[in-house]
Amino acid sequence: MAIIYLVLAPVLGGLIAGIDRRITARMQGRVGPPILQPFYDVAKLFEKEDVTVTPSQNFYILSYLVFMAVTGALFFAGEDLLLVIFAFTLAHIFIVLGAYAAFSPYSYVGAERELIALMAYEPMIILTAVGFYLVTGSFYVGDIAASQIPVILYLPGVFLGFLTILTIKLRKSPFDISTSHHAHQELVKGLTTEFSGATLGKIEIAHWYETVVLLGIVYLFFGFNPLLALVVIAVAYLLEIFIDNTFSRMKWQMTMKSGWGSAAILGFLNLAVLYYFYLGV
Amino acid sequence: MVISAASIYLLATSYARGTVYYTVPFEPASQVMFAIEMGIALLLLWLGIRFKQYIAVALVLVQSALMLFYEFTMGMGMEPVKNLFFDQFSIIMAMIIGIIGSLIAVYAVSYMKTYHGHHPEVRDRRRFFFFVTFIFLAAMFGLVFSNNLLWIFFFWEITTLASFLLIGYAESEEATNNAFLALKMNLLGGIAFAVAIIYLASADPAGGLLELDTLIASGQAVAIVPAVLISFAGLTKAAQMPFSGWLVGAMVAPTPVSALLHSSTMVKAGVYIIVRFAPVLAGSLAGMSIGLVGAVTFLVASGIAISQSNAKKVLAYSTIANLGLIVACAGVGTYKLIWAAILLIIFHAIAKSLLFLCVGTVEHRTGSRDIEDMDGLIVRMPRLAAMMFVGIAGMFLAPFGMLISKWAAIEGFIDAPFGIIFVTILAFGGAVTVFFWAKWMGKIISVTPYGENVEGTISREKWTVLSILTVLTVLAALLFPLISSGLIEPYLLGVFGETARLAQDNIIIMALMISLLLILPFSLPFYAKGGKTMPAYMCGRTVTTDLKFAGSAGIERTMTTRNYYFTEYFGEGKLLRIANPVCILLILLAGAIMAGVVM
Amino acid sequence: MAYLKKSPWLLHYDASSCNGCDIEVLACLTPLYDVERFGIINTGNPKHADVFVITGGINDLNRQVVTNIYAQIPDPKVVVAVGICASSGGVFRECYNVAGGVDQVIPVDVYVPGCAARPESIIDGIVKALGILEEKRAKMKEQERSA
Repeated sequence: MAIIYLVLAPVLGGLIAGIDRRITARMQGRVGPPILQPFYDVAKLFEKEDVTVTPSQNFYILSYLVFMAVTGALFFAGEDLLLVIFAFTLAHIFIVLGAYAAFSPYSYVGAERELIALMAYEPMIILTAVGFYLVTGSFYVGDIAASQIPVILYLPGVFLGFLTILTIKLRKSPFDISTSHHAHQELVKGLTTEFSGATLGKIEIAHWYETVVLLGIVYLFFGFNPLLALVVIAVAYLLEIFIDNTFSRMKWQMTMKSGWGSAAILGFLNLAVLYYFYLGV
Repeated sequence: MVISAASIYLLATSYARGTVYYTVPFEPASQVMFAIEMGIALLLLWLGIRFKQYIAVALVLVQSALMLFYEFTMGMGMEPVKNLFFDQFSIIMAMIIGIIGSLIAVYAVSYMKTYHGHHPEVRDRRRFFFFVTFIFLAAMFGLVFSNNLLWIFFFWEITTLASFLLIGYAESEEATNNAFLALKMNLLGGIAFAVAIIYLASADPAGGLLELDTLIASGQAVAIVPAVLISFAGLTKAAQMPFSGWLVGAMVAPTPVSALLHSSTMVKAGVYIIVRFAPVLAGSLAGMSIGLVGAVTFLVASGIAISQSNAKKVLAYSTIANLGLIVACAGVGTYKLIWAAILLIIFHAIAKSLLFLCVGTVEHRTGSRDIEDMDGLIVRMPRLAAMMFVGIAGMFLAPFGMLISKWAAIEGFIDAPFGIIFVTILAFGGAVTVFFWAKWMGKIISVTPYGENVEGTISREKWTVLSILTVLTVLAALLFPLISSGLIEPYLLGVFGETARLAQDNIIIMALMISLLLILPFSLPFYAKGGKTMPAYMCGRTVTTDLKFAGSAGIERTMTTRNYYFTEYFGEGKLLRIANPVCILLILLAGAIMAGVVM
Repeated sequence: MAYLKKSPWLLHYDASSCNGCDIEVLACLTPLYDVERFGIINTGNPKHADVFVITGGINDLNRQVVTNIYAQIPDPKVVVAVGICASSGGVFRECYNVAGGVDQVIPVDVYVPGCAARPESIIDGIVKALGILEEKRAKMKEQERSA
């Protein structure tokens, strides 16, 4: 399963990115690029010169890509969800370091803001994993996905909280504080300012790996009914695109409040209720 | 060097023997200890009066009065037998004290030479410094090898004294004040310890309960009162809130002191004793309260660390936070959590001492301990920056040790009563730690276009110590399954009857991840040769190598970068104002519960 | 393969333009003309760009800036001078403070005249530039192979 992921996830992720841009364009009354556009973009990037400010950036991005792939492989091999989350963090730290290494004002600010985003979503995603454990009795993705328990019925708050941080992780407005795919140019390109060519292409591919894993976590809430799960994933992603188009980028404080707020209120309360009613504290 | 060899020898020979007790005669060792204790009390009284620290004087008087009371009313008939011992946990602690302690001592030789070169105003008391350091190491060994609570107390107080003397080494007003602050807070703990001893002596005049193993085995009903009192002493020594002030203030001491006492060993004594009492605290409301003190400290101290730019203060608050996590695990006290706690102790000791020593070296070379001055450290001091990188990674990144311990703690808390509160605090605290470590890491690996390599003059002793610690950080992460099965699990089996471990497949995956992390940097020379580089994007302005450019209206400006510190959200004063009352309330709650038991 | 043609990313820079041509360039991104359907993205970052769309003429202040930005764009790259000011200095050509068109400092591949240049011309110019871009890429590959 992991090998299928390693090979197919970039394809799937790229297609999702392409569909994303197409739907966004239609929402804005435009025609939009072809669905395969992200693949053309990455292919073009590999044809360009690879210019960075310092060679260590390439090393950090290579590590970012490798560990993002490892994270996803672990997830789809059914391994421990907490380990997946920690590997996720490890991968993100590498891209942040790549931006820091350049010592450029824009990538520096982008890196700091990316860390803020990381700090904002981390509590909620850990509470999500804890929630899965409480309901299914296991941290292993394999067990959670195969479980027949309707997880969503026990974790509605956690699900809503996860959707909130999904917006942060997918870099959708209002939470795209560090870098985004759109024409936001206040930070130039923020995190990805000082990358080009093949290195930038690797970042794109890593983003595709990431998207597939994140949507995989959404699936876990509905593992008892795979068809329903796929529908929910589609609806959730459409919702993300919709939110992206209706909101503009907000201040980082709003990202922090949303991330921590959803963890403290939606996540904690949901789990506290679970604890009390089903486990007797 | 001899000390480390001795520790390792002890490990090798005692490996399979389980817990071994030594019957060492109680008297006259105890008489001698009592005499020394009174001598110390007199010394502290004199110093306190001389420096007009009257609260300290009062505390010394109270504690001495308690011990005098004990000695002359109950001390006569005491006959505890099994006074010294070692078990797997002691061996782990001994390894930490022996190996890391010796390494730091070696480092200190070179460091103190430079220190006095930079600070000619400080009186050169180096012989005194090393004398106290070795007394301290001896006291630590005594502490972890003592089964007799009276003896543990004696060694405990010696560590307090050593800390007091070493913090005040520079003899400046700031150093003296901070030394007395540390003394006062630790004395508070000492008083609690003394009360616990009196309680135990009155409960069992034959002295049997003074033996730690007997006390713990006698169950919660009997032991909860001394457990809470001694855990309070542990809280003060481990600088948990509201007692965090002394450890932050202790950072004025020379860096080896910070590395040795205030991150890897003395404060570990505080949590060591709480972990020892965990079987007694487990499941009790008082234990839960103490655990919550630790959890709140973890969260708040991590938050404060975001707002600090002084590197040693960041390390201090991070230490307080990690100790808080260990206390939280120990207070709730299930076997899974103790597994996590012991792992935390080991990994934190290694990584934190490495970081302190690195910061000390950076300070001596660059004259600053401010993180904002560590831009481009990887250009100015490449090997040192790489070691710091490993140290910081060891503090929060998978697959290194602290992450493993945090993971184990999450899994442990889930199954505990009211665990969700702890898990949530841990989730938030963990997120906060990622932020302040990562931004520091980013600072040191930024490749500035300026800066020349000033590393060459660092002494060989320092390099040896730093390299060994770096290697240890990585090795510990790789070999932790062995440490777990060899030492921690037998201990847990002996104390709790069941044991915890990380699942087999996870261990394999983590080993793979470490291997990847070790292989990937080999791509660096490959990229250095082939890659094309270009200056950073500065909107087209021409920028000189020291980052000056012509701003609007032709004014020359310099490009600078600064980390976020968020002092308005995570400021020290602000957060302490919330956390200190909360922790005081929790401690009072534990005390009230304990008083209820007594009545 | 010919991927540069399918995914050209723009860097749009205003040298000393009155903003007339700039508005027309941005109009290309609006739903009416929608150049994103060709895969064109207006990135603000030279390191990500393939096509340097420049308006306005060269004066003392922006001479160095234009050179720097051009240098920041990785190869292969093309320059499209939009508007008559960028092409030759336009109505300001004789002024003491204007050096002339953009080709005073950087090599231009496509000139799009007009004042202001119309979106249709701009798109036309960019499409032409893409052809030149592909030629440059082929040449780059040749050099790499023979190097």
